[in-house]
Amino acid sequence: MANTTEKKAYQAPDETGRFGEYGGRFVPETLMPALLELETAYREAKEDPAFVAQLDHYLKDYVGRENPLYFAERLTETAGGAKIYLKREDLNHTGAHKINNAIGQALLAKRMGKTKIIAETGAGQHGVATATACALLDMECIVFMGKEDIRRQELNVFRMELLGASVVSVEQGSGTLKDAVNEALRYWVANVSDTHYVIGSALGPHPFPEIVRDLQRVIGVETRRQILEKEGRLPDAVVACVGGGSNSIGMFHPFVDDTDVALYGVEAAGSGVETGKHAAALTGGRPGALHGAFMYLLQDEAGQINEAHSISAGLDYPGAGPEHSHFRDTGRVTYSSVTDDQALEALKMLSRKEGILPALESSHAVHYAVELASGMSPDQIVVICLSGRGDKDVMTVRDALKGGNGNV
Amino acid sequence: MSEITKAILEARESGGCAFVPYIMAGDGGLGRLKEDLLFLQEAGATAVELGIPFSDPAADGPVIQEAGLRALEAGTTLKAVIEEVKAIGDEVHIPIIFMTYLNPILSYGMAGFANDCQEAGIAGVIVPDVPFEESAPLEDCLRMNGIDLIRLIPLSAPEERIRKIAEAAEGFIYAVTVDGITGVRDSFGGTTDGRLERLKEIADIPVLAGFGISSPEHVRDFGRTADGVIVGSAIVDALHRGDKEPIKELIGSAKDIAVPAE
Repeated sequence: MANTTEKKAYQAPDETGRFGEYGGRFVPETLMPALLELETAYREAKEDPAFVAQLDHYLKDYVGRENPLYFAERLTETAGGAKIYLKREDLNHTGAHKINNAIGQALLAKRMGKTKIIAETGAGQHGVATATACALLDMECIVFMGKEDIRRQELNVFRMELLGASVVSVEQGSGTLKDAVNEALRYWVANVSDTHYVIGSALGPHPFPEIVRDLQRVIGVETRRQILEKEGRLPDAVVACVGGGSNSIGMFHPFVDDTDVALYGVEAAGSGVETGKHAAALTGGRPGALHGAFMYLLQDEAGQINEAHSISAGLDYPGAGPEHSHFRDTGRVTYSSVTDDQALEALKMLSRKEGILPALESSHAVHYAVELASGMSPDQIVVICLSGRGDKDVMTVRDALKGGNGNV
Repeated sequence: MSEITKAILEARESGGCAFVPYIMAGDGGLGRLKEDLLFLQEAGATAVELGIPFSDPAADGPVIQEAGLRALEAGTTLKAVIEEVKAIGDEVHIPIIFMTYLNPILSYGMAGFANDCQEAGIAGVIVPDVPFEESAPLEDCLRMNGIDLIRLIPLSAPEERIRKIAEAAEGFIYAVTVDGITGVRDSFGGTTDGRLERLKEIADIPVLAGFGISSPEHVRDFGRTADGVIVGSAIVDALHRGDKEPIKELIGSAKDIAVPAE
C-alpha cells in the first residue's frame, strides 16, 4: 500500500474520523467498541509487512492485478480531443473494483479472529465480491439484499449462493440498498463479537471510509505509475463515477496533491436531477447523518432520507461518502451528474468503438469523459476509471433500450 | 435535580420501580398523541419516551420500524411533534423524553431544536446514533436549555467505557440489556449476569433497563436491580392493536417490586 513517490501534503481523516467536517462515527453505543477495535487492528495490519505481502499476493495472483491502463484509440478519435485512457478495473476477478476491498477486509477480519462476514449489496456486485473472498478464505458469509433488488438481480443471488453465501432478503422499508445497509447494521449490533461487517463503499462510520479508500487506492497508484511509463507525465484529468464513492476515491486519492491533475466525479442523474428521480447526493443533496457518517445526502426538508433513482444499481444510494463530501466543499474534485439515457449511450459507444462492454456505473464516467475530452486538445490526457464490466447489466440495458426507441 | 431523576426516585421510593413506556409519535396520526399520553399518565407511567419517526431506524426492530413508517405516512415531522407537545401543555405533567435519530435534529438545526424542546417542556432527549464520542455539540445545546441528554450504556461495554459514559450521564442511564436492536424477546439468555448490578454500583444517577423488555415478569426481574424499565415494542404493538389492557398490566407490574435488602 505504500508508495514513496507521492507527496504527503493532504492527510485525512483526523483521529475523530473527520474529513473536514464530514465523517465521524454516528452509530449505536453497542458498535463503538467494535469500531475502536477495528481501528486498532487496521493500524497494526497496515504496518505489518506480512499482512501487506499477503494482500499483495492475492491482488496479483487471484484478482489479476495490475490490470492495464489502456489507450482507447478509437474512443479518442470519436471524442476528437484529448487522448483517452481506460483503467481496466473491469478485468479484475469478479469483474469490478469491488474485489480489492472485499479481499482486504476479509483478510483483516480473519486476522482479528472474526469467523463471520456480513455485507450489504444492491445490484449484487459487492455481495458477489464478498462471497468470493469468503469462499477463498473459508469464512461464513451472509449478504443482506433488499427484496426489490433480489427480484431484479436473481442471477447474482444465485451466484452468491453458489459461492456458499447466505442471502437474506430485506423486506423492511423500500427493499433496496439503503434498507440492506440498515439491516446489516442491525445484524452487526446483535452479533458484533464474532462478526465483521464488510461495507462495500467508502461509507459508514470511521474507520470504514479510510479502510475502503486505502484498499481501493491501488487503482490510482497503478494508474499514476502506468501513465508516467506510457506518457512520461501525469494526466490532465481523471474521471470516475461516484455512488458511495469507492472506485473514485481509490482512483483520485493518489492524485490529490497533484494540483495540475483535474479530478472529476460523476454521479447518477437518473431521469434528471430536476425531476427529483436521481442519485446525485453531491450535486443535488445536502449534508446529514446516515449509516454512521455525516455526508451529503438526498433528504427532504424534515431530514427523512429520500429514495435514490438510477438505472445503475451500483449508484443507487442516497449518499456520497464523507471524503467526497469534503472534496466537494474544498473544490478539489469537480462533481457533476449524467442521466440514465446518457450513460446508456456511452455504454453503446464504448462497446462499438472499443469492444468493451462497460458496467452502467462506469458508463456514467465514460459519457462525462468523452464530453470533456472533446473540448480539450490532442496533446492532453484524460483517464477514465472503468470500474466494472457490463455483463451484469445486459438485461437491464436490453429492457431500457426496448422501452425507448428499440434501436440498439 | 433533573425532573426525570426526581420522577424515577419517587417511583422507587413508593415501593416499585420506574416505568417508562415508549410510543411512536404520529402512529395513528398526531391527533391521538394527547389521548395516548393522558392514558399512560393515568395508568401510572413515570415518564414517557416519545419516538420521532425516521426513514432509516437502524437501531430499531420490526415493530418500531413499522410504527415509524406508519407515522411518516401520516405526515409526522419533528416540528409537528414539538408543536403538538407544546399545545398539549400542562395536562400531561409526567416528563416527556424525545427519542429521535440524529438526522431530523440536524435538519431542524441543533440549537433551534434544543430551544424549541425547552419551550415545549421536553425533559430529555435520547439519540441512538450519537455515541459518547460524538455527543458534545448536542449535549452543549441541550444543557443550555436545561434538557438532559440521556445516554445509552450497553451492558456488554468494557468497564472503562461504562465509567466514562456514566460520569457524563444526566437524568438516568439507559442500560441496553442485550446487544441488538429494540424488540420483544422471550429470553435474555443470562446476558446481564452481574453486569446490571455492576452498572448500578458505578452510576450515581438512576439506571433504567431497556431493549427487549416486554412482559410483567421481565419488569419484575429487572425492577429488582434497575431503578426502572423502558418498554417499547410491546407498548407500541398494543396501542396499534387498540388493546390497552396489556399496557395497564405492564405498568401495574412495576408498582410493587420486592427490592432485595441492601
